[in-house]
Amino acid sequence: MSAGFYSPDDLVALWISLKLASTTAVLLLLLCTPLAWWLAMTRSRLRVLGEAMTALPLVLPPTVLGFYLLLFLGPHGWGGRLMLRLGMQPLAFSFGGLVVGSMLYSLPFVIQPLQGAFQGVGVRALEVAATLRASPLDRFFTVAVPLARRGFITGSVLAFAHTLGEFGVVLMLGGNIPGRTQTASIAIFNHVEAFDYAAAQRLSATLLLACFALLLLVYGANRRAGAIAAHP
Amino acid sequence: MIDLMARCLPLIRHRVLLVGLVAGLLAAAPAYAEQLNVAVAANFFGTLQKLAPKYQQANGNELLISSGSSGQFYTQIREGAPFDVLLSADTDRPKQLEAEGLTVPGSRFTYATGTLVLWSPKADVVDRDGKILRSGGYRMIGIAEPRNAPYGAAAQQVLTALGLWDKLHQDRKLAVGENINQAWQFAATGNVDVAFVALSQVSTDGVITGSSWLPPQSMYTPIDQDAVILARTSKRATAESFLNWLRKDPQAIATIKAAGYHVGQ
Repeated sequence: MSAGFYSPDDLVALWISLKLASTTAVLLLLLCTPLAWWLAMTRSRLRVLGEAMTALPLVLPPTVLGFYLLLFLGPHGWGGRLMLRLGMQPLAFSFGGLVVGSMLYSLPFVIQPLQGAFQGVGVRALEVAATLRASPLDRFFTVAVPLARRGFITGSVLAFAHTLGEFGVVLMLGGNIPGRTQTASIAIFNHVEAFDYAAAQRLSATLLLACFALLLLVYGANRRAGAIAAHP
Repeated sequence: MIDLMARCLPLIRHRVLLVGLVAGLLAAAPAYAEQLNVAVAANFFGTLQKLAPKYQQANGNELLISSGSSGQFYTQIREGAPFDVLLSADTDRPKQLEAEGLTVPGSRFTYATGTLVLWSPKADVVDRDGKILRSGGYRMIGIAEPRNAPYGAAAQQVLTALGLWDKLHQDRKLAVGENINQAWQFAATGNVDVAFVALSQVSTDGVITGSSWLPPQSMYTPIDQDAVILARTSKRATAESFLNWLRKDPQAIATIKAAGYHVGQ
């Protein structure tokens, strides 16, 4: 690969994509673990509501999601006004805003595998641990988390890959600003708009290969995790 | 975990070095150079990319270009997008922003006027007088969405003036692209035989590839594209100098004309 394969702007865009995808994946794991645990374990009627709400980003067109987030996070929206009152800048058109948007956009991709994995652990294993006097926190970290590791692997990689390919939300909420909110997928859009198909193809191929490699990794890891679970 | 961190540490140190290097370079840059955030309509993006280095050479200031649709930029600017200058694809959005007090008063002017062209990537498909439109020697015509895209509205006016619009519409012979670039793509990929596109898309230095017909300007409202300085800018003087350069510099005007636009009527 020659040094001039990517233009400096494209390299920056790739870096922003990478930063955005990893930040989003880490934050989503932290947020979704308790949420998915609750969804998996609760018998409350609120569960259905929670499930429907966390699945919504799957259905909404990304540009619509981006548009609502822009109105909400801009200086006239609730979110933006709150930020201003707290003495901070509104999140629209900043990297922080993109993180918020991406977290919402990729939420179902972490919640659903985690919830499924926690349900797969089953009440039985936890009850057995309880009879051995393991505290609830103990049961969670030493029984549930290791048994649900497939869910964690799948969730984090899907969040990462899905954010890498995100377009509509980022375009609307970020404003396509080079070096700040211009991700690789937006840079591809720009190249196509400017009829620079060669540059567009270079970046597209990069994203395609990166995401394919990641997905191979997940399915490979899941196969191994499955084998270990079956024959410990 | 610790193992992972140990492996990452050299990377982190490397980054600190890089950040230091970049900061050093920035500090070394001349003090008068500024960065302007310019939002530009997709149809002018390629042209602005050619203009940016020329402007930087002349004035030392750098353009940070964001490309998008004029409607999207209008929404974003109302929500506080950090742009200094907007180069729109129409006059409506800049006028609307002006009416809402979001622009620097008196900064609006027409930086380019687009030319509509009926185009085919193949030679000998479109004749010089556009008779093909009446003869019906095509399966479908590509146009941009007339409600959102100025070139689409102009195409509709031309087809209406020729008395063909209603029939083409009824016979479902119009392939409507979301914007003018999509209309161009329909034709360039052979999915339609001919398309109404912007001259700027199909001409390089005044030469049009393929075959084309330029409808007389009297058949459609001029496709004026307006520029404005946005009120929230903190670099008003630089923004004014850039728009002034865009309007008056001979090199800038030559570049815009070579891209297929009219300048300064």
